[in-house]
Amino acid sequence: MLAEIGQFTLAFGMLLASLLAALPLYGYFSNNEKFMHTARPLAYLQLIFLLVSFLILVALFISQDFSVAYVWRNSNLALPLRYRISATWGAHEGSMLLWLVIQTIWTAAVAFYSKSLSRSQVARVLSVLGIISLGFTAFVFFTSNPFLRSIPAPFDGNDLNPLLQDVGLIIHPPILYMGYVGMSVPFAISIAALLGGKIDETWIRWSRPWTNAAWGFLTFGIVLGSWWAYYELGWGGWWFWDPVENASFLPWLAGTALIHVQAVSEKRNAFRGWTVLLAILGFSLSVLGTFLVRSGVLTSVHAFASDPKRGVFVLTLLAIYAGGALFLYALRANKLKSQGGFQLSSRETLLLANSIIFSVACFMVLLGTLFPLFFEAFGKKISVGPPYFGSMFFMMMMPMAVLLPLGMYYRWQKDELTRVLKQLLPSLVITLVLAVVVWFFFKPLNLKASLGVFGGAWVFVTAMFYLKDYKGKLTRAVWGMQIAHIGVAIYLFGVSMTEHTDFEIDSLMNPGEVKMVQGYAIEFKGVEVKQIENYRASQGHFVVSKNGKIVAEMNPQKRYYPKRGNPMTEAAIDPGFSRDLYISLGEQINDQGGWAVRIYIKPFIRWMWGGGILMMLGGFWAASDRRYFRHAKLLKQKNIDKYLKA
Amino acid sequence: MTPTRKKRLMAIVLILLGVGIATVLFLTAFKENILFYKSPSEVLAGDYPKARNFRIGGMVKKGSIIKSTNSLDVEFYVTDYAKDVKVNYSGLLPDLFRDNQGMIAIGQLDNNGVFQAEEILAKHDENYMPPEVAASLKEKPSNYETTDNSNNLDKEDK
Repeated sequence: MLAEIGQFTLAFGMLLASLLAALPLYGYFSNNEKFMHTARPLAYLQLIFLLVSFLILVALFISQDFSVAYVWRNSNLALPLRYRISATWGAHEGSMLLWLVIQTIWTAAVAFYSKSLSRSQVARVLSVLGIISLGFTAFVFFTSNPFLRSIPAPFDGNDLNPLLQDVGLIIHPPILYMGYVGMSVPFAISIAALLGGKIDETWIRWSRPWTNAAWGFLTFGIVLGSWWAYYELGWGGWWFWDPVENASFLPWLAGTALIHVQAVSEKRNAFRGWTVLLAILGFSLSVLGTFLVRSGVLTSVHAFASDPKRGVFVLTLLAIYAGGALFLYALRANKLKSQGGFQLSSRETLLLANSIIFSVACFMVLLGTLFPLFFEAFGKKISVGPPYFGSMFFMMMMPMAVLLPLGMYYRWQKDELTRVLKQLLPSLVITLVLAVVVWFFFKPLNLKASLGVFGGAWVFVTAMFYLKDYKGKLTRAVWGMQIAHIGVAIYLFGVSMTEHTDFEIDSLMNPGEVKMVQGYAIEFKGVEVKQIENYRASQGHFVVSKNGKIVAEMNPQKRYYPKRGNPMTEAAIDPGFSRDLYISLGEQINDQGGWAVRIYIKPFIRWMWGGGILMMLGGFWAASDRRYFRHAKLLKQKNIDKYLKA
Repeated sequence: MTPTRKKRLMAIVLILLGVGIATVLFLTAFKENILFYKSPSEVLAGDYPKARNFRIGGMVKKGSIIKSTNSLDVEFYVTDYAKDVKVNYSGLLPDLFRDNQGMIAIGQLDNNGVFQAEEILAKHDENYMPPEVAASLKEKPSNYETTDNSNNLDKEDK
């Protein structure tokens, strides 16, 4: 019965989405106030109905209703409660429903925080968001319905993929989706502005906190995914340039470019068209990512058994949204004239350079990701190795790091390079000293690592000086920017050290054997079998000591989940400020209790994620700047005044 | 030339230069890191890149896995049900590596026709078959012996 109610609320949600897509927009074009007024209530109702749908699916998992095919496939009687709840979004159908709920949350948030906009603006933005949720509701309802029954109900379920029985899965998808879907808000705002044929700084100012917030979530989601892959997959890697990872990275790159261009667009009335284009690009890449993940056209470690019908559906949505948006853009681009004049030597130019660097990086990643598809059309099967992405990315990010401080120090409109360089000279000296100290401390560092460390130090030192010398009030927007930039610096340092000075060894270890690894003595005590919750584990016992003192006792596991019958590696990690120790078990090699063991030392790997978290915090902090909200109040006052006069 | 035009010309030259450099870098990085996929039949027909890495994929032939007991060396045959190629590997194997499981290895073919693998790829999900592998498999002979450890999820998913 419950499943049928979920089915019904989902269908009703689709109806509400189509009303939201049509009524306010119709009201806008026919200048009908009544229809325009429907936008907000429809947005709230849509949220309520889809949320109920989602909660019903959660309830079906908690109550173990195996007559629902989706529940049966992804849960079983032995599954602990917390994973039964997270199993709701553990596979395709449920995760798309979660996507949908998050879409309606953003829509409702826009409805709630749009008091400063005029009625017609609200109507347009919410209608565009309604069009987007309509497409995805139809996608869930027709191709990925999680409420379908399978009669007769099996006695026991099939279990959740063991890799997903982990705290990482509980939080990673919802956060990532907040970012993915959040990109639809700047998209909708841009489309609404194009529909109205006018885009002014109020619009841009209003869209900035939304972009920052969505970008912050996206950043955090990617960080969580990377962290999860690191400890859960047992290979010790943190980024594989896998198509699905790239799918989340592409909108991030476009979003980063968008955030910086918005600054110019708002404050200097330049690059208006480029801003709109990047907003369209950001969301289109989110949808493209969904297509890549859901269609299974690309070989990926993430791709789960997939259905081509779904791929075609998402591709159609992509064609409609991106195609429609670009068509509209082409029609209206001539109205987006920017007036702000500026010289080549100015902050505008540097921020333009930022957006170009990030869009080129985005294009490079896209090319590497999609190239196997082009080749396949000619009957050749290829894949693009991670070194391609690694070296491309390095070449894109180095100029970024070098130019970043210039962008902060240059003045708007017109500035002298010599003035900026003079101002940056002390920072440059300190940076060089720092980089040389690091180099001697950790030598030998190769060229790439040295450049990376230099870039990180450069960004860090200049950001610090910027805060110290800042004249005027340090607003949240300024703080947010610098927190994010310091995050970039810390990330650059972490990634350079981790990538170029890490240590890895695969070896056979017999009980009692000691391996010396970079000053650590790692003793293998043996493996014992344990029964824990819903799995059986062969648990290794390692004692790590340095200079005779015990540093850590580590217990990596090889788990067996009886239901699906496949083993899974659970690495043991001893995290640290300057290094992680990482041990994972392969399989038993001989009757003397010898096992295949992988030992890693990962220097400064935490710094990388720490940098990402700082970027996220910077994004959120800047989004909460009062400037964005104070203006709202002023405008409201203005509107009231207007009414009073009229 | 007016100053504005001069500036514009400068900007265009700079952009072209940038695009040019980026293209060259891109093509070099790309050429070096492209990996071809080959099935055992193609490899035995001599259709594979010599002296550079490529990917070979197929099913792990049943009963062909031989593991050493005093090192991490392992050898097995990869099959597309028509032809088999021997693979050597040393290191930790992915969790889902076993008989009759689809797999992809990256490495080179040595002079004895043995594939020396540097890496064997793992999958997150036991129902998932890499598309290349699925496409390159020949018809399974009716007398081909498999232990049925795959479950019936594939059918249920449709």
